[in-house]
Amino acid sequence: MSTIQLIAGENEPHPDVALVERVRGGDVLAYDTLVRKYDRQIFRIAQHITQNREDAEDVMQDAFLKAYEKIDQFQGNSKFYTWLVRIAVNESLMRLRKRRTGKMVSIDEDIETDEGSVPRDLADWAPDPEQNYGQAELAEILRKTIQGLPQGFRIVFVLRDVEGLSTEETAETLGLSIPAVKSRLLRARLQLRERLSRYFRRKRGGEK
Amino acid sequence: MTCTEFLALLDDLIDDSVTPETRAQLQEHLRGCEHCEVTLNTTRKTIEIYRSHEIYDLPPGLRERLHAAIMARCKKGC
Repeated sequence: MSTIQLIAGENEPHPDVALVERVRGGDVLAYDTLVRKYDRQIFRIAQHITQNREDAEDVMQDAFLKAYEKIDQFQGNSKFYTWLVRIAVNESLMRLRKRRTGKMVSIDEDIETDEGSVPRDLADWAPDPEQNYGQAELAEILRKTIQGLPQGFRIVFVLRDVEGLSTEETAETLGLSIPAVKSRLLRARLQLRERLSRYFRRKRGGEK
Repeated sequence: MTCTEFLALLDDLIDDSVTPETRAQLQEHLRGCEHCEVTLNTTRKTIEIYRSHEIYDLPPGLRERLHAAIMARCKKGC
């Protein structure tokens, strides 16, 4: 407990610490609270990695069950959420391996590309460009665009920018060095920006 | 500062992890470089759009199925 409290914050422990302690004491409802707090994020991460809804549903369920079973192994030297994300990332990669029948899957694949590293499309975007699309259309554009990123970039972008992990937490979760996370994040952000420019660039006069 | 040097520090600028001196140099470059200004603004917007739009909703019923699975697991021994 004291280790967890020290890591959780300068003065106050993270609220998850008390919930985890209750789960360890056999309070399954406390676990339910943790599940409801993080299920959306875990599902999103699984969906971003597996790119398949059924797999993402299975991964989410397996990750939460595994975390529940292994809660005694949670040391508290990271946040509960980060620990959970690590389990979900591993489950997602395992699911991909199964789907590809034995072909090795790692977060390193497909990253040998310089596409988008140097900004080419330098057209400015319209102000609030997302307003030009309906909710469903915009979601489809965002899905299609991020799905096109190499996996090793996509995971880093999702953990770091969408789910709010720090660079250090992302590196730890993925087993990457901090410079590797930084380099992938920059390339992911620039590639996404370049790809979104096709939709969001300011239209010139007469151009549809 | 060249555009390449600016680009190398783009993430640090976006994540607000640059020293005041470096920030001043980056801002100085931005004043004279529209390309880098566009890159910075649209990259920031890219992150903001992905952060603020839920592109994968939790499928209906999944939360309940997960709850049931945890309860079933718990019956075997919490």
